[in-house]
Amino acid sequence: MLDLVAAQFPPLLWDLIVIVAKIIAIFLPVLIVMAYLVYAERKIIGSMHLRKGPNVVGPLGLLQPFADGIKLFFKETVLPSSANRGIYLLAPMITFIVSLVVWAVIPFGDGMVLADINVGILYVLAVSSMGVYGVVMAGWASNSRYAFLGALRSAAQMVSYEVSIGLIMVSVLLTAGSLNLSAIVRAQEGMWFVLPHLPLFVLFIASGLAETNRSPFDLPECESELVAGYNVEYSSMPFALFYLGEYINMLVVGAMTSILFLGGWLAPFGWTFLPGPVWFFAKVCLVMFIFIWVRATFPRYRYDQLMRLGWKVFLPFSLIWVVLTAGTLTALGQLPGQG
Amino acid sequence: MSTALIFYLFAGLTVASGAMVVSARNPVHSVLWLILCFFNTAGLFLLLGAEFLAMVLVIVYVGAVAVLFLFVVMMLDVNRAELRAGFLHYLPLGGLVGAVLLGELVAVAFAWSPSESSEALTRAPLPDPLKVTNTQALGHLLYTDYVFLFQTAGLILLVAMIGAILLTHRRRSGVRRQSIADQVERTPRSVELRKVQSGRGL
Repeated sequence: MLDLVAAQFPPLLWDLIVIVAKIIAIFLPVLIVMAYLVYAERKIIGSMHLRKGPNVVGPLGLLQPFADGIKLFFKETVLPSSANRGIYLLAPMITFIVSLVVWAVIPFGDGMVLADINVGILYVLAVSSMGVYGVVMAGWASNSRYAFLGALRSAAQMVSYEVSIGLIMVSVLLTAGSLNLSAIVRAQEGMWFVLPHLPLFVLFIASGLAETNRSPFDLPECESELVAGYNVEYSSMPFALFYLGEYINMLVVGAMTSILFLGGWLAPFGWTFLPGPVWFFAKVCLVMFIFIWVRATFPRYRYDQLMRLGWKVFLPFSLIWVVLTAGTLTALGQLPGQG
Repeated sequence: MSTALIFYLFAGLTVASGAMVVSARNPVHSVLWLILCFFNTAGLFLLLGAEFLAMVLVIVYVGAVAVLFLFVVMMLDVNRAELRAGFLHYLPLGGLVGAVLLGELVAVAFAWSPSESSEALTRAPLPDPLKVTNTQALGHLLYTDYVFLFQTAGLILLVAMIGAILLTHRRRSGVRRQSIADQVERTPRSVELRKVQSGRGL
């Protein structure tokens, strides 16, 4: 059936159609999951505060994300008169696009990946290092002090924590012996990396919180002092793009945590009665729950403490752990390429 | 055919954005064009099959170097009229320096010939790309044949970093700082609780 349809098109065009279809097949679920992540966050935090959370729109408030989206869509797009127009409009697009582009290399199941490239983990690092531009450009182009301060904080924070994330990834990929994300998951068939690398797992989640500007590291949008940080001048769809980008970035960190430490699509205890993508989704949900839990539990860090934590605690620790991992692997003769 | 098209797209964009870097009036725009330039260069690396270099280029240059550029440039208060005021004044000297540099470049371009050792290097057999990935091949080369050069480069960077920190780091007196050690050492006994009557103070 599919072959018959394929024969109707020139091969190059057919390849293009297949890729676009795959992109949509990743894009739509990610957006829907992101919408319900916002809902889940409000519900979970509500329960932790002994409130009900959204419960009016639809049964149990399940249609709330769509109501929010429609509301944002119909708001007026305000352009500050002294803003740098081109960059001001480009910034939210960059944030949003960058957060989506990462999904190209994320394996949802065995072989279920859009681009199974050799340098997958570097690709993730490269693309996520782009995220800071959306924030900085937004802060600069808005021509507003609050936005600019928020952008500077965010940029410094993301650059700092990216270093420790990179070193954590080095330890993991030393153990796995590959930069390919699918190969990293397959290397965990015997034992998930969360067991030998438990401290790194904690560090990765904390760095992920800082990288996505989440509480308790949400200084860039610190409401109490910066109003809303870098996106204070934005409204309507540009604001929605920032919002979407931020939550999709959270999902990316969740996906990366489950790939690097929780065995990706692998079933725990040999429970293979559920397919791989379901397990992957469950693990991402677990990490997301931790993210929301942290937000409801911890107070915000002070800025100098945040920088101290990143540079003087996380960075040396992950660096020592890289040396430890390499040493242990060499001693056990398990270093890839050693045998 | 399509590869050639993609190559010309990347190459054209690289050159165009490079031109925009030097001609943009706003320095922030300049840096943003520079980032586009880096991206297209990474695309060219990808077309060559050097995926590791492409990704590292984006991580290092776009993710770190250009962010610092952007930081510095955003903080600068560049007065463009002032910059342009001395243009004619500096033109003869600047033109002379430029001409000398151009002449030297042209001279080098015509007198250039590859050394014998490098010819041997280019004839070295390529590892089979199906068996050895890009990253492995590069790592193997860097940590065997070029290990001393590689480590020296790293040491130079380390010295530069320590030097920069040493030159700019200073401790001002009279600034209250958080001392983690002091805080950890604190016991219940080192704190005194007093009942303060309202409106009185201590």
